[in-house]
Amino acid sequence: MTAVAEAIAAPYRIGEHHAFYAAGREFLYLVPSGAIFGLEGLSKTIVDLLRHEALPREAIRSRLAGLHPAAEVEAVIEELEFCDVIINGESREKFPALPEPEFPIQRIVLNTTNQCNLACGYCYEYSDDKIAESAGKPKYMSTEVAQAAIDTLFKEAAGRPLLHVTFFGGETLLNFPLMKWAVEYANKKARESGKQVDYSLTTNATLLTEEIVDFLAANRIGVTVSIDGDKELHDRMRVFHSGKGSYDVIAPRIKMLLARHKTNSIGARVTLSSGVRDVRRIYDHLTKELGFQGVGFSPATANPDRLYHIGGQKMDDVFDAFSELAWEYRDFALKGGQHYFTNVNDSIKELHQGISKAYTCGAGLGLLGVSTSGGIAACHRFADSPVAQMGNVLDGGVDHGARRQFLENHHIGARPDCHSCWVRPVCAGGCYHESFIHHGQTAASTLNQCDRVRNWIDLCLRIYGEIAVHNPQFLQRFDEN
Amino acid sequence: MNSLHALNRKAKRFAQDRQAALHDVEALQDKKHKAKQQGRVYYPLGCTLHFSPGWEVDVSGGTAGLCQPVERDLFDCYLGCAWPAQVPDHVSNNPDWTSKCSAAANDWRQVDVIYP
Repeated sequence: MTAVAEAIAAPYRIGEHHAFYAAGREFLYLVPSGAIFGLEGLSKTIVDLLRHEALPREAIRSRLAGLHPAAEVEAVIEELEFCDVIINGESREKFPALPEPEFPIQRIVLNTTNQCNLACGYCYEYSDDKIAESAGKPKYMSTEVAQAAIDTLFKEAAGRPLLHVTFFGGETLLNFPLMKWAVEYANKKARESGKQVDYSLTTNATLLTEEIVDFLAANRIGVTVSIDGDKELHDRMRVFHSGKGSYDVIAPRIKMLLARHKTNSIGARVTLSSGVRDVRRIYDHLTKELGFQGVGFSPATANPDRLYHIGGQKMDDVFDAFSELAWEYRDFALKGGQHYFTNVNDSIKELHQGISKAYTCGAGLGLLGVSTSGGIAACHRFADSPVAQMGNVLDGGVDHGARRQFLENHHIGARPDCHSCWVRPVCAGGCYHESFIHHGQTAASTLNQCDRVRNWIDLCLRIYGEIAVHNPQFLQRFDEN
Repeated sequence: MNSLHALNRKAKRFAQDRQAALHDVEALQDKKHKAKQQGRVYYPLGCTLHFSPGWEVDVSGGTAGLCQPVERDLFDCYLGCAWPAQVPDHVSNNPDWTSKCSAAANDWRQVDVIYP
């Protein structure tokens, strides 16, 4: 038998996928492409045939003979095969390719200080699970380091026209003068090189003043405020070193921020912990009482034996609360309204674009973190730690050998645990920092989260399907890259 | 797509690729042109010198009224290299390829056949 004849005779099976129902129809989320197709008419008939057994083309034709015109069956088989819905050999690609060597950087995160005026119990930078070694390192980033870091960004960005600088801490605003200097310096470099730079800041809001907010607004700096809910919930973990809660200090400052700064997005970032997990109450407070138009939740990164770790049934309850908010997002979307639960918004955006990730995030890829001493890490979470290091901005810049090694080790192709998982196009293995805390190595997949990630993306697929069928105009906001 | 409903952007890219694989390219076809609206075939007007190669038809759909002979296309590949057709290399290997062909419109049949 010739190779062509063998290929024709090879039985078809359904390609790697996850099936879900939305708006009364069946859809397939294809892996690894991330394409979502609705099955209709003959395509559904053929896919249903192949659910039970693999069949060669001739057998599919003969099963459907008399029910559908042969030419139509042939055309639909061709179409299904073209889109990888059905395959009769290896699928086109199992994983996205490794990036080009020296892939251009787009974002740096500057840890302007490793000091903080709060002492939140769950902080990954200072608490029991910390990996950073800030002893002996500068407490505040100097202009010399910031300048070298921004120069590194421009150098490593190659032809990218739009660059990002994120200011992080510790508490970032403890070193506001450095931030101000860095924005002016980066703006100057942008003018000289014809590039554009935008900025973002993460802060606990305790040090916000009108002067600072006006500076943020003037420079269109996006702001993420770390806040855990109303006074009672927030003050359980987010306290000053004296033990006093910080809510009363930040609430008026946040209202002032939201009133004065209209040039970029301002979002709330909630860290859930064992005693702070009333998602609905937190969401309602932050959106209705304080006026945030974006609220994202994330469980505290914690070893399971920490008291603030959310485990077992408590985490299931959190997921249920997420689901309730996600369906509410669907209700808003169908009416063309805007809901502020950013977890679901971010997932819907990725599903709409059909993203297929080689890496779980941009760490080490398009993003680098820079510590106060100039050390370059894969991201800000590894700043000043012995892990995921790749050079120093004051001493030779990016260590491309170390960076390449990091990218090879963390590529989805190097994560066998993920190779049979349908959610890998959007998950790609999970946060490197979470993995390190849980498994002691950055390249291990976060297996403790797998079921929840799959449940979450399945939920988001169903919501996406409903919006895409009933109000596709809503999704146009996610069309741009 | 006949039987699949392409839902997200990635699926729509598959659909576009499928469309491209099955249908003719309609580059620069003016779909709003009067001829199109009247159900006639629309051929863009112009000189093959400017638009060459691509429209080897005149305004009537034939080749008689072209301001350059249809055979010119062959030479355009040969000299201007604007068409992804394979023509003999006239720099190193076949410098005399067209030596018997002084006026393309008349004696294009004199062009040598080259076997690689």
